[in-house]
Amino acid sequence: MIIEHTRITAIQGDIITVPAKEIGYGELAAVKSRRGTSLAQVIRLRGDDVLLQVFAGSKGVATGDQVRFLGHPMQVAFGDALLGRIFNGSGDPIDGGSELVALPRIDIGGPSVNPIKRVIPRGFIETRVPMVDVFNPLVESQKLPIFAAAGEPYNELLARIGVRAEADVVILGGIGLKYDEYLKFRRTFEEAGVLSRTIMFVHTASDPVVERLLVPDMALAVAEHFGVQGKRVLVLLSDMTAFADAMKEIAISMDQVPSNLGYPGSLYSDLASRYEKAVDFDGAGSITILAVTTMPGDDVTHPVPDNTGYITEGQFYLKQGAIEPFGSLSRLKQLIIGSVTREDHGYIMNSMIRLFARSREVEQKLAMGFDKTADDDRYLEYAKLFYERFMDLRVDIGLNDALDLGWKTMAECFRPDEVGIKQEFIDQYWPKGH
Amino acid sequence: MDSVSGGRVVGVTGPLATVEVMEGQEVSQNEVGYVFCQGVPLKSEIIRVRGNLVDMQVFENTTGMQVGDRVDFSGELLAATLGPGLLGNIYDGLQNPLEKLDNLHGYFLQRGQYVSSLDKEKTWEFTPTITKGSRVRAGHYLGKVPEGIFDHQIMVPLSFLGTWEVVDIKTAGSYTVNEQIALLKNEEGREESITMVQEWPVKIPVRTYSERILPTTQLLTQMRLIDIFYPLAEGGTACIPGPFGAGKTVLQQIISRYAETDIVIIVACGERAGEVVETIREFPELEDPKTGRSLMERTIIICNTSSMPVAAREASIYTGVALGEYYRQMGLKVLILADSTSRWAQALRESSARMEEIPGEEAFPAYLESRIAAVYERAGLVRLYNDSTGSLTIIGTVSPAGGNFEEPVTQNTLKVVGAFYGLSRTRSDERKYPAIDPLISWSLYLDLMEDSLNERHEGWVDLVKEAQALFNKGSEIHQMMLVVGEEGISVEDLVIYLKSEIIDAVCLQQDAFDVVERATSEERQISDFLLLMRMVHHDFTFDTKEEARKEMTHMQNLFFQLKYCVFESEEYQKYRKEIEIILGEE
Repeated sequence: MIIEHTRITAIQGDIITVPAKEIGYGELAAVKSRRGTSLAQVIRLRGDDVLLQVFAGSKGVATGDQVRFLGHPMQVAFGDALLGRIFNGSGDPIDGGSELVALPRIDIGGPSVNPIKRVIPRGFIETRVPMVDVFNPLVESQKLPIFAAAGEPYNELLARIGVRAEADVVILGGIGLKYDEYLKFRRTFEEAGVLSRTIMFVHTASDPVVERLLVPDMALAVAEHFGVQGKRVLVLLSDMTAFADAMKEIAISMDQVPSNLGYPGSLYSDLASRYEKAVDFDGAGSITILAVTTMPGDDVTHPVPDNTGYITEGQFYLKQGAIEPFGSLSRLKQLIIGSVTREDHGYIMNSMIRLFARSREVEQKLAMGFDKTADDDRYLEYAKLFYERFMDLRVDIGLNDALDLGWKTMAECFRPDEVGIKQEFIDQYWPKGH
Repeated sequence: MDSVSGGRVVGVTGPLATVEVMEGQEVSQNEVGYVFCQGVPLKSEIIRVRGNLVDMQVFENTTGMQVGDRVDFSGELLAATLGPGLLGNIYDGLQNPLEKLDNLHGYFLQRGQYVSSLDKEKTWEFTPTITKGSRVRAGHYLGKVPEGIFDHQIMVPLSFLGTWEVVDIKTAGSYTVNEQIALLKNEEGREESITMVQEWPVKIPVRTYSERILPTTQLLTQMRLIDIFYPLAEGGTACIPGPFGAGKTVLQQIISRYAETDIVIIVACGERAGEVVETIREFPELEDPKTGRSLMERTIIICNTSSMPVAAREASIYTGVALGEYYRQMGLKVLILADSTSRWAQALRESSARMEEIPGEEAFPAYLESRIAAVYERAGLVRLYNDSTGSLTIIGTVSPAGGNFEEPVTQNTLKVVGAFYGLSRTRSDERKYPAIDPLISWSLYLDLMEDSLNERHEGWVDLVKEAQALFNKGSEIHQMMLVVGEEGISVEDLVIYLKSEIIDAVCLQQDAFDVVERATSEERQISDFLLLMRMVHHDFTFDTKEEARKEMTHMQNLFFQLKYCVFESEEYQKYRKEIEIILGEE
């Protein structure tokens, strides 16, 4: 039974209050105002008052507007027909294609996977970006954010990985995306000829703020259903900081006590319930999540990147157009390094980073005007080669070639006893003639 | 259900339901109730009572809950089910066995399922250890059943008050957990039937033992940095705070595998599901080196990962501690790894915010400190009624916001623990694992356990302190070098610095992924550390800094190769010999 209500007793931020009975928590409603109809979701029940957040915003909502409760929580259409399509933040097509009325609709923000129904991920996803493949390889079902300050080429990196990665379905969730960025993503996917395996949910910067909250949930609900069907799904999200900011806005409108810089105390749980959708199903497909988190003020201790870092399985720092070797981390790499990938992979990875750390120290020392020792020159040379051969984002090289290049680079600069590698690997891999 | 009992929902916000209690219904703080949401009973706990309104945290997703939904109260506090068959299980925060739950679409957790924590069908070989007519108290053993490699003691329920007489006790035989195995009578003549199962309210500490005693025995983790530099005691507490990516998880996993203890309880509290999966999938395959049995047989996993309901996260730590206390009552050594207590504190913060309580520092509730202290204080070494001892050791990780240890959870934890293993981003960036920063970490147990540690070798604790001092000195020299350059310091100082680097590289750093390196036995720790200290004591004389660097790099490489060799293997002896030749006669 659908009942219409025509009395809104309070409007605060994008939240309206409607007196109504027998309404379920989390239920959806349609709010019809002079600006059109918007969906709204129940976010609090208080006696006979129902508080709703209006997805299209509360601008122009009048106290006499009609509110119709739909009796179910937010849903999204699901089916193979979604492939190649583009939707906005409330799930409506924006690519000029047909409406998807015939498809079944699925609830978004569903329950979490029973942990015992997960398996240990073992699939290596090669990206041909050596800073990823060699030092922090991406593993199927991993959730990894790209931490970057504004202006870094994070969306380019995301698109590049989206195009190259071996996945059955790629889902892009754009949250507060600049319109041009959206067009760039679309062009990249089109040019690479992968649009037919791609689904895009795009909320652009000029769309209503509350709709941002829906994008990750829709993208992940669709991903989950494909995953259960046995598909290997890659979800790209950009930018999760915009998502968190929308949550902050709602929390403040709800008079919630903020915990840190205005963000609600539930920020960790809210982000985690999205990222934790990344999964390798026992006996079915998988979901891998790569998400951009922009760091306001380039500050990693800002609540959004900070909470994200604790949730995700590592992180990439994008700084001055390159992936930083320090701080960047793939937690799942141990599951594949040396077992799925080549046996010397782990030693190369650790030694090269350790030597690069030393090189940075030398650079700092020299910058402070100290004398150069003979050793220092070798470290400086190493740093230069490391940047050219590995860090430069333009480098496009497979993993095994990159490992060989690693041995070569170390041998060009150091003696075998300086690199801290087990003797048997030195014997086997150290380039002859050095 | 009686018509005057229960209550009805009058408000919902997130996992918090406000319930109006019917007149005549008595409720108590922390009582469990069930909210009927779309006909499904959802387990909830009363966390505040105000007049006829109570606030309940619902341990499940509240989508679809309506004003007017019925609420039943159980009259019981949130309790853990204790009995044989707990080991090897994987529970959620409310002690539901995850393997027994029905899954939605084959994979997803469905709300409102409450499954018995123990297998009701399985029979256990019971042997009575007490005779009819004996007088017993809570915690006294009545009999035992074999569980894995242990004798699981069946005891007088821990909640029983006063003295009881054994009226009847079953003879040896097979029984299920719910069959009566004894009949007890108290002084007032009230009789109680005893089965192998009992319930204990998780938030209340078990105190049925003679006394708590000072922890003076080392708990071996096989991690050198901890065992040598900052040792942990059986019955002690430790906290591991660290920024993300500093290796907390790997550290925990290593400890859970190689710690020399009887039982390990892993509480995955608000952390990634993936980490638990590794444990769940790998432990059954791994062999406990001490017993030769699967590691899972000594392990209980309580798993309430970050996307599972927040309120159950709060309960999960208490559930873990209650299970730990229960096994301690059997005279066993129990280790609890709680990862992460920050997520638990955040769960407190979330419900506090929803109840609109006045916030304390960083919006954490004002009672944060006392709650943290109450959890860690449940650890300890105790003397049981039968004079044997049992211990409960708690290691909690903390995930401080921004990696800043000044935040409330870290600070309040530091006040109550006996050891502090602070992880540092700098060390992990330099790939120095475990990234426990030796300069900021501490352990009160080094002095407390001096006598037992000195049994390792005469003057052991002094040697350790000497190594610590040298490490600190080396670090100071390194700082100085960053300012004045290598040319600004003497050769002697350079050698001290290089020695401290060797201690760091070959003793403190430990490769968690190498078969040999990941766990170091006590015997090897002693042998290698003494050799290392001979190197430290050796009076090296170098003419130039270049020479010093070259020779010490060589020395470091020898120690480095040594640590990867199997203890006392041919290769090991070879490198050891080489080192000993350089060091000369002792």
